[in-house]
Amino acid sequence: MKILVSVKRVIDYNVKVRVKSDNTAVDLTNVKMSMNPFCEIAVEEAIRLKEKGIATEVVVVSVGTKSCQETLRTALALGADRAIQVDTEDGLDSLGVAKLLAKVAQNEAADLIIMGKQSIDSDNNQTGQMVAALLDYPQATFASDVVIENGEAQVTREIDGGLQTLSITLPAVVTTDLRLNEPRFASLPNIMKAKRKPLEVITPADLGIDVGSNVSVIAVAPPAERAGGVKVGSVAELVDKLKNEAKVVS
Amino acid sequence: MSILILAEHDNKSLKPATLNTVTAATQIDADVHVLVVGFECQAVADAACNIAGVSKVLMADNAVYEHQLAENVSKLIVDVASGYSHILAPATTTGKNTLPRVAALLNVAQLSDVIKVESADTFVRPIYAGNAIATVKSTDSVKVITVRITGFDAAASEGGSAECEAVTQVIESDRSRFVKEQLAVSDRPELTSASVIVSGGRGMGNGENFALLEGVADKLGAAIGASRAAVDAGFVPNDFQVGQTGKTVAPDLYIAVGISGAIQHLAGMKGSKVIVAINKDEEAPIFQVADYGLVADLFDAVPELESSL
Ligand SMILES: Cc1cc2nc3c(=O)[nH]c(=O)nc-3n(C[C@H](O)[C@H](O)[C@H](O)COP(=O)(O)OP(=O)(O)OC[C@H]3O[C@@H](n4cnc5c(N)ncnc54)[C@H](O)[C@@H]3O)c2cc1C
Repeated sequence: MKILVSVKRVIDYNVKVRVKSDNTAVDLTNVKMSMNPFCEIAVEEAIRLKEKGIATEVVVVSVGTKSCQETLRTALALGADRAIQVDTEDGLDSLGVAKLLAKVAQNEAADLIIMGKQSIDSDNNQTGQMVAALLDYPQATFASDVVIENGEAQVTREIDGGLQTLSITLPAVVTTDLRLNEPRFASLPNIMKAKRKPLEVITPADLGIDVGSNVSVIAVAPPAERAGGVKVGSVAELVDKLKNEAKVVS
Repeated sequence: MSILILAEHDNKSLKPATLNTVTAATQIDADVHVLVVGFECQAVADAACNIAGVSKVLMADNAVYEHQLAENVSKLIVDVASGYSHILAPATTTGKNTLPRVAALLNVAQLSDVIKVESADTFVRPIYAGNAIATVKSTDSVKVITVRITGFDAAASEGGSAECEAVTQVIESDRSRFVKEQLAVSDRPELTSASVIVSGGRGMGNGENFALLEGVADKLGAAIGASRAAVDAGFVPNDFQVGQTGKTVAPDLYIAVGISGAIQHLAGMKGSKVIVAINKDEEAPIFQVADYGLVADLFDAVPELESSL
């Protein structure tokens, strides 16, 4: 079984986000970038399936500028076998990315596509579902448990009301939630080894995909700040404020 | 222009998230239709007909739609989509699961978690866990949008008198099958529609200690929430999680107990009207957003709070 995992390079989740003063975008100059946390979980899940002997090959793919090769190398160091960079400008919309990933999945004849449920920059939570739709594959989003058996994936999903379990026939798309696994760290020898693993660069034109978008970002502004509050000295004072000042408790 | 809304429901009752989505839709255009996809869901369709501002309800009632699998629902929506300028769903796990599929099938973009309508083609949505707010414009022929329910007031659940029309298409994927569900049962209000929420974090120490929060929640008629750390540690189930990747809430009163206030948590509750933080670390970032901060050990403060309410 071949697994395709997509990975995205994003602002590190610990970095404080700042909006550019001209309100056009978030300022990413000299900011620490990392693999999107949900993508790390996707890579980890694929590697575990390989370690269990269920997967035979794990291919990682990233869509973006040359800098995302760094993210691909990280995935290779974690245990992926081979990498593909689809060389594009930054800022594609989810549909464009999904079209590229769907084509790569088709060319690779991937049996399972594992993706993060959302990226922590655009917070869209769309691309996996779109890949599944474009390929007419079944999907199991927001996965907290994945069991592969007899050509099916039994997936437990985190939904608003609790948990739901689906059984989907491969080939299929699974998107990861936070509690699916705890990703490992890459060891130094594996980081060295990853430098020699194959990394192929292709273009949207090679794939025959038009990534044009009808959505444009008009402005990016900082959020309204909350006015600073006060510290209260005791529970009695707190209750008094809630009753008589904020009037949210009767 | 007409707008189609995918109703949020559990076959028995219409969920309040639908009402907020109706408000978003009426800000775009006046002709709002609601699609109910489910099984034995007549009561849901009836409730949808009563929503003020809804002019028509479409109901697809069939056993294949019982669990609203995305593969089936997305194709059904595409089947009935012609003539609609916008397709909306609340940004719940059901909406997020289904609408991107609809968008891809229609070859259009999808806008997620919209918090404000600027015009029929321009919308506002948070990005980077709410640390930036983007205004985006779509020239797609159909706009497919999930609506963050905290961005819009609920439409009145009574006062409408829409006609209900049956949709008879049956679309069934043989490659996706529902196996089981473990749904939380609780007498408390739903987290996303509660007017008061008491949330616990890692500082609670263990699941048993959440009983302390229940005492306060009982007095306030509150829902109980949690940080990711508390869920990851197994103190409470996943559906309690508030934050960037959990639920977005905006109650009148949010009481954060033993929660440090990581940006990913703040992303889910910063819109609350009044925020109270109880934390023993006076440097905890939660105090920067709290209207009332109490630096105290929660094991002293929470029982005292319960008894003084
Ligand atoms: C991709 C990604 C997505 C995430 N999504 C979410 C999300 O949706 N929601 C979310 O919540 N987090 C999310 N997180 C995790 C987030 O970064 C934090 O790790 C998490 O919110 C911390 O939870 P906490 O505040 O309970 O724990 P901690 O940060 O450990 O804070 C515990 C607090 O309890 C206080 N405390 C301890 N004992 C007591 C006591 N006896 N009395 C009073 N106070 C006490 C401490 O002073 C401390 O401030 C996400 C992280 C990532 C990487």
